[in-house]
Formats: sequence, structure tokens, C-alpha cells
Amino acid sequence: MNYFPDEVLEHVFDFITSHKDRNSVSLVCKSWYKIERYSRQRVFIGNCYSISPERLIARFPGLKSLTLKGKPHFADFNLVPHDWGGFVYPWIKALAKSRIGLEELRLKRMVVSDESLELLSKSFVNFKSLVLVSCEGFTTDGLAAIAANCRFIRELDLQENEVDDHRGHWLSCFPESCTSLISLNFACLRGEVNLGALERLVSRSPNLKSLRLNRAVPLDTLQKLLMLAPQLVDLGIGSYVHDPFSEAYNKLKIAIQRCKSIRSLSGFLEVAPHCMSAIYPICGNLTFLNLSYAPGLHGNKLMKLIQHCRKLQRLWILDCIGDKGLGVVALTCKELQELRVFPSDPFGAGNAAVTEEGLVLVSAGCPKLNSLLYFCQQMTNAALITVAKNCPNFIRFRLCILDPIKPDPVTNQPLDEGFGAIVQSCKGLKRLSLSGLLTDQVFLYIGMYAEQLKMLSIAFAANSDKGMLYVLNGCKKLRKLEIRDCPFGDAALLEDVGKYETMRSLWMSSCEVTLGGCKSVAEKMPSLNVEIINESEQMEFNLDDKQKVDKLYLYRTLVGHRKDAPEYVWIL
Amino acid sequence: MSSENGKRLLETDAGCLNFEATELTLGLPGEPRVTSDGGAKLGSKRGFSETVDLKLGDNSQEVKLGHSLQEAAKSPASKTQVVGWPPVRGFAKRGKKSCKYVKVAVDGAPYLRKVDLEIYNSYQQLLTSLEDMFSCFTIRNYLNEKQIDQVNGIEYMPTYEDKDGDWMLVGDVPWQMFVESCKRLRLMKSSEAVGLGLKTAPKYSSTN
Repeated sequence: MNYFPDEVLEHVFDFITSHKDRNSVSLVCKSWYKIERYSRQRVFIGNCYSISPERLIARFPGLKSLTLKGKPHFADFNLVPHDWGGFVYPWIKALAKSRIGLEELRLKRMVVSDESLELLSKSFVNFKSLVLVSCEGFTTDGLAAIAANCRFIRELDLQENEVDDHRGHWLSCFPESCTSLISLNFACLRGEVNLGALERLVSRSPNLKSLRLNRAVPLDTLQKLLMLAPQLVDLGIGSYVHDPFSEAYNKLKIAIQRCKSIRSLSGFLEVAPHCMSAIYPICGNLTFLNLSYAPGLHGNKLMKLIQHCRKLQRLWILDCIGDKGLGVVALTCKELQELRVFPSDPFGAGNAAVTEEGLVLVSAGCPKLNSLLYFCQQMTNAALITVAKNCPNFIRFRLCILDPIKPDPVTNQPLDEGFGAIVQSCKGLKRLSLSGLLTDQVFLYIGMYAEQLKMLSIAFAANSDKGMLYVLNGCKKLRKLEIRDCPFGDAALLEDVGKYETMRSLWMSSCEVTLGGCKSVAEKMPSLNVEIINESEQMEFNLDDKQKVDKLYLYRTLVGHRKDAPEYVWIL
Repeated sequence: MSSENGKRLLETDAGCLNFEATELTLGLPGEPRVTSDGGAKLGSKRGFSETVDLKLGDNSQEVKLGHSLQEAAKSPASKTQVVGWPPVRGFAKRGKKSCKYVKVAVDGAPYLRKVDLEIYNSYQQLLTSLEDMFSCFTIRNYLNEKQIDQVNGIEYMPTYEDKDGDWMLVGDVPWQMFVESCKRLRLMKSSEAVGLGLKTAPKYSSTN
């Protein structure tokens, strides 16, 4: 079968970059498996507990870039207790001991200690890129270690992490010899930064393309930074509060006009809305605009800003934009592919926000729309049906009605038909989140039509086990299923336990599954870790099998039970 | 589905059910329903949080909606939130957490306005914004001593009510202190202030 020398195949494999394709290649035959594993540089591990660092290192000695994800998605919404797991330290320790020349580490929902960061910074000479998303457990001291020790650091990207900010010195830890920075994002840090050190760092980083500042960086520093880095492609503004009559503002206007390469704009963590006109010159080129941290920006000022952004492909905004504002988006942003509308007032003081009207307007005006995250007051079946007709290309459709069991307010019907239309029309749908009043019927539709669905999030829906069964039987490509507060019990859970081996994970909280049911899954499927999170002090391990389970998280794994689970997590 | 769980009453042939029946409500079967106005009105804030009460950490609880209804029946409807809903990461950081809306009254205007003091950095910005808002009036602004409204020649003094309930002239204290203590604003006609004999301008009006 193999008429080419290994080097030729290796060269061919160089062109195969997607993880999925590489995985397929490795399955062809032993020889391809061998060549592939030696030439693989980038590995993605969607669940850090599915494999061990030792096995990773053994299989891929040429590893350069590792992506790891830890906690389940619902951890983002406080459903997973502290100390549940997802520690990166064992990975870094194992990699450090090995001969792996790690250059890039990307982590999501993991616990990262300062110790890990320090070890990381000292163990890999060519380390270039650290991306931390929704992580926690570290302080600015850990960042200081990265800054000080990673001589060739190119990227330090911190997105939405919980960082204990010890203030200021970490930026000064980048040595004078560090001139390789391409991307620096510290928007999520809450403390002060050494502005002088920041300016000097930017001035000696000619390759800097992406800079996202935190709230502590004032306007006049922003202006200086822009003068130093007019080549920026991605800018995150920290504080944007100033006096429109000031010298600083005038200088800013000049500085911004020099930045002809900016395509992505975010931040405005503090904003004075009457001064947005300075931004207009760069709006026309923007492809990504994120105003979801700027509740002070709304009404006419926001409209005017949007009207300048004709090339926008991705827009992240707060719901104070209103339906009317979304109408402006629909008229202006004809290239729009992704829209995310976040709630500015999640507990509904009633001032928000958007309804089905805004969504319909955008679907009609933006034919390229394929990705949606939409927090709204209400939704109707008619609107969803219209949206499905207007935009058959959805890959991601995540709808969150703030009152999670709200029916169609016009007809008082559940939203089964609306979501049914979405899954039927959008044949490429990969991710779906449901809300509103929903019965088993919507799951019948999902099972029937959502052939490409990989991830499904369900809350407060369905009438019976049938709902879950429709999904498990129908969605052949399902990888992640997360359910909360639904009446699914053991019958649904146990119907086809083999299915879970084809998936990355299943989360069920506040449902009807019992301890006995979970034990049964664990017994039948040794290749799964079946974890119960139980926070009430009363429950003993030998409790009645009929006891309902608080939170169930099960996932496939090649390495058996994890050893780092806290007391309240029982692995069955 | 057990009928204990009021939420699950809806059948697929739902035409016969009225809206109230499909709402999540407090109370066990047989008890009178506490109807919330949630859902029927746009933007109602009580619809969900009033009726569902998932108290995690309660030792006696079985976490299922049936139980949460029992719990809620025992305790008065309080505005408790469901854990993890809405599913927004770090919503506290996004939302209007730090905002301070105060009413602005202008003598002679038929209605009041509201401004968010948090979005301004200085007295100058606030006063400029107020002038925008009430564009037919002119606010006495110590930076421009001679600003008189062109149309009807009326001048206004910016005053505010502080935490102690006293009416103060805007501009005497540092900006942040003002933001913290201001409860409401009133633009008072200068003619009313005649006789107060204000000889010196407020300390912070021109510097902040």
C-alpha cells in the first residue's frame, strides 16, 4: 500500500492541518499512524480527563502546540462548584520532564496556578504563545514569570479569566530584549498597570498586531500607544472617558486616523458615549466589533456608530441596542455573519431589550448570518419560522429567552414549531441552545432533522423521557449534550449507554435520574467516567439507589477514574 | 409527568389550555395559584424569578422542580434567582452594575429626565450633557459666566439634593464625592436664587 518513503508521506501530511483530518489519516494503517504521530505538531484535547499527559507525550513526541479544555461548559454559569478539577499543573509538569519543545499552550476553563505558569515559563526555551480563556487560579505574579522568562514570547492572550490582581509589576517584567510580541490581551485584569512600562513595551514591539487593554489604561495612554503602534489590526480600548474639549481627545483623533489597519475593535470598558465620533474614521474597515462590555453606549450614539460600520462581519452587543437598533444593524451590516446580543440586565428590570422583532429584522437584512447568540425578552414561533426561511445557513443558533419557560406570547403555544423550523431549514446546524416553553415535540424535530448537530443545550424543557430519547437516537453526530432542569430520568439515561462512548460528554443537572441509574451506566460502560456532584452534606455514599442525583457529568476516557476529584464528586 | 410539577401540565394538544395554566406557579396541586404577570407583559420582571426557587445548599432538598414548588409554597414569594440563569458568563461584569441614575428636574419643564452620573467624569461633562438634554434652557455655568438663554433670557442654577436631604449647589465638592452623595438634580431658575448672595464660584466647577 505504501510506495512512498516516509519523508514523502510526511511532507504530504504537512498539508493536512485540521485535527479531524489528521485523526482520520492516523487510522488508515500502522505505517500512516506512525508517520502521522511523529509529524503531528498540534493537538487538541477537548476534555483534559479523557487522556493523560504521559500518553500524549508518548504518542506525539513532536508536539509543539497543545489545546486543553477542563471544566464542563455549565461551569460558566456557576453550576460547577469550586475545586471541581481541571488543573493544568500535572500537564505542565509532565511536559516539562519530557523532551517536548512546547511552543504554544491554549487552555479553556482550567485551573492554572502561579506555580504552573512559573514552571511553564522556565521549562520551554521556545515557548511563544499562551492563551487562557475562562481560567482561574492565578495571579499577576504568574504573568510576571511568563513575561520575565519566555524570551521569545509572541502571544499573551487572557480572555475572561478570574485573575487575582496584585497590581502593576508584571508588565515591567518583560525584559528590554523582548521585542517579539505580536499579541497582548490583558483586558480582563482589574488592577492598575504600569503605564510607562506598557508604553515602552509597545514601543519596542514592532510586530504588535493585537492589543487589548484593561480598564486601568486611560485615554491619554491609549493615544500614546496608538501613536506607537499604528500597525495594529485588533484593538481593545480600556477606558474611554474624557472631556471632549481636552487636548488628549484631539490627540486621540489624530492617532486613530493613523491606524488604518484596525479591523477588530472591542473593550470600551468605561465609556463616555458623547465622544464616539473619534472612532468613526476606523469604523468603515471594521470586521469585528465588540461592545458587550459597554452598557453606557446606547441609543442614538450607538446607532450612529453602527451606521459607520458597513463591513462588519461579527457584532457583539448588549440588548440595550433594542429592536430598533437591530433594525439599523440590518440596514447597515450586509456582511454580518455572527451576532451576539447579551443581556444588560439579566434579572429583568424590564428596561431591556430585544424581542423577536429585532431578530427578524436582522435575519431579513443580513443574508450571510450563520452564528447567533441572542438573549431576549420573548420569542414567537412565527418569528423563528421567518428567521429559518431567511437564514438557512446557521451553524450556531443559541437562543436564550430570559424567562426560560415562556411560551409564544402571541399564541401562548410552546416554541416547538419555531425551533423545528430552524433545525429543518438549517441543514448545517452544529450547535443549538433552546429556551422558552418546549415540549417533547421539539426534540422529535431535532432528532429528525439536526443531522450535523454536535452540541445541544437544553434547560427547563420537555415533558418526558421521550424528549431525550429522540435526541440520543436521532442526532448521530452529537458530541456534547448538556441538560438542566428537565424531566429526564433513568429510562432515557439507560436506553442506549453505548451512545455516550461516541460523545465527549453528557451533563444532567436537576433532572430525574437516580443514583441507581447512574451506577448502572457506570457498570455497563467502563470506558466512561460517571461522576456525581453532590453538594448536600447529608448524602452518604450508601444511600438509596432511588435517590435523585443533583448533578451528573459523564464522559468517555481512556485513562479511567481521575485522582484529583474533590470530596463532593463521586466517581461511580 | 407528575402533576405535582405544575410546569408540566402542557400537553401537545395544548389548544385547550389557557396561558395561566402553562405558567410555572407556586403551590401544590389543589392550592390556589399565585398568578404572576410574567410573560404576558413584555419585560415583566417577576415572571420567572418570583416563581422558581432553587435553593441549592439546603440540606433537606431534593433538587427537582417538584420540590422547588413545595419550598416556594412554604416561603413567601421572594425575588430569588435561579442559579445559573440566564446563562451568561460574568454577567455581573457586563451589566449596568455601576450606574447611578438620578432624576433631573428643571423648573418650568413639564416632565423630568434621568441621567446616569457614572458615565461622566467631571462637572463640565455633566453640565454639557444636561444642556443637550434640555436644549432650550441654559444652565448657569461658572465657566461661562455670561451664558444667558437667547430665547427667553432665563438662567438656571444647577442644584442637587444630597444624602441628608439638603439642597446644595453643584460644584462645591470633588466630582466623585458629588456622584456618591447626589440623589437628584434640580435646575433652579436663577431668579429664585436671587438674594442668596453667592459671591464665590464653586470650587470644582472649572477644574474637574
